Amino acid sequence: MNSIHDMGGMHGFGAIPIDENEPVFHDEWEGKTVAMRIAMNAWRKWNIDMARHTVERFSPGEYLGMSYYERWITSLADMLVEADLVSLAEIANGRAGPGEKQTPPLTADAVPVMIKNGRPSARELDISARFQVGAAVRTNTDNPTGHTRLPRYARGRTGEIVICHGAHVFPDASAHGGGDAPQHLYAVRFSARELWGNSAEPKNSVILDLWESYLNNA
Amino acid sequence: MSDKQVELNEHGHELLAWSDDSRHDVDEADHYVLMADAIRDLLIEKGVIKAGDVREQLEFMDSRSEDMGARIVARAWANPDFKERLLANGTEAIKEFDIPMLDAELVVVENTNEFHNMVVCTLCSCYPRTILGMPPDWYKSKTYRSRSVNEPRAVLKEFGTDLADDVAVRVHDSNADMRYLVLPLRPEGTDGWSEPELAKLVSRDSMIGVSPATEPATEPET
Repeated sequence: MNSIHDMGGMHGFGAIPIDENEPVFHDEWEGKTVAMRIAMNAWRKWNIDMARHTVERFSPGEYLGMSYYERWITSLADMLVEADLVSLAEIANGRAGPGEKQTPPLTADAVPVMIKNGRPSARELDISARFQVGAAVRTNTDNPTGHTRLPRYARGRTGEIVICHGAHVFPDASAHGGGDAPQHLYAVRFSARELWGNSAEPKNSVILDLWESYLNNA
Repeated sequence: MSDKQVELNEHGHELLAWSDDSRHDVDEADHYVLMADAIRDLLIEKGVIKAGDVREQLEFMDSRSEDMGARIVARAWANPDFKERLLANGTEAIKEFDIPMLDAELVVVENTNEFHNMVVCTLCSCYPRTILGMPPDWYKSKTYRSRSVNEPRAVLKEFGTDLADDVAVRVHDSNADMRYLVLPLRPEGTDGWSEPELAKLVSRDSMIGVSPATEPATEPET
């Protein structure tokens, strides 16, 4: 979707806020939020694509007004409600309503093991890759209303395949309950001038990882 | 969007705005403190998570830091054979470190005298947490996310990094679940250094690609 999260190339946000002595978390609640998010992954009620899309659905004003972890805690609440693990009323009241207790899917002991094994996005796929390294490709100009990982600044642009990553879960499907729907994934290099016009430095480039259905023969 | 998603976005966040709620007389700063505690307590009360889960996760996160990435870079500097394997397939190569890679695969990109690499995630804030720890605020900032892709040299200058004019910048927008790690140029004057010595020169920022590796301190004249 064409929302505020797609920030590449936007103007007006000022200087980079560099603080050499910043703490990892500015407040304890930020750490707790990250911890809860990771712990909740064990339920497998949502995947990383759904989690990203939940933040993208915030209105632009709301998104800009929140810090990174403020978006994380708010989207966690959204996902818990959407997955029926808690209700909006319970969150608003801060206490559980009547009903049966949930059963945790794993004990705390098992969490580090799950994290260590991870949830990689690579998948086996019988279909061979359509593009090879060195191929010229042109990206789609579509404006999907759902989740997508083709940013606006790279739509309708011509680049060159530089790495074939193999097949990976397709976020545009996975974010909407469409399963893994794996596709071949490629690192595609675009010259800075192709993306930003003649004011860009001619030798600079931007590399994006793009799924096969985003790409066409150039 | 589903009906539930629309309802959440249109009304749910109002319900979450407790600072406006007369039952909770709190100021804006405490809003998210209360929210995180309330959600945690609710999840524990409902049996969704156990009290120990949050602590376990915090301990796991504390065990992640840029030291992991620095060890990888130091070995690549010291061992050409490892470097070759690392650049060919980062995920496979770092298995000898026993570093868990979470949800992602690792792609290592090498700085040369011709090309300088830097990493951003314009769409969210994807970052190789398992080898660099939690991302710094600037990495997650709207400014870094918006500007890095179209004015990288200006962004680098703000970090005090002045690239020679003939060095081209390659910006990696890590929009998929491939995680990028920059292999910085090895500083001059480090011939024969051990991996642990080299690792001390590898800063977090040099592995994101906004700074060079740290120059070795010159020996004071005696």
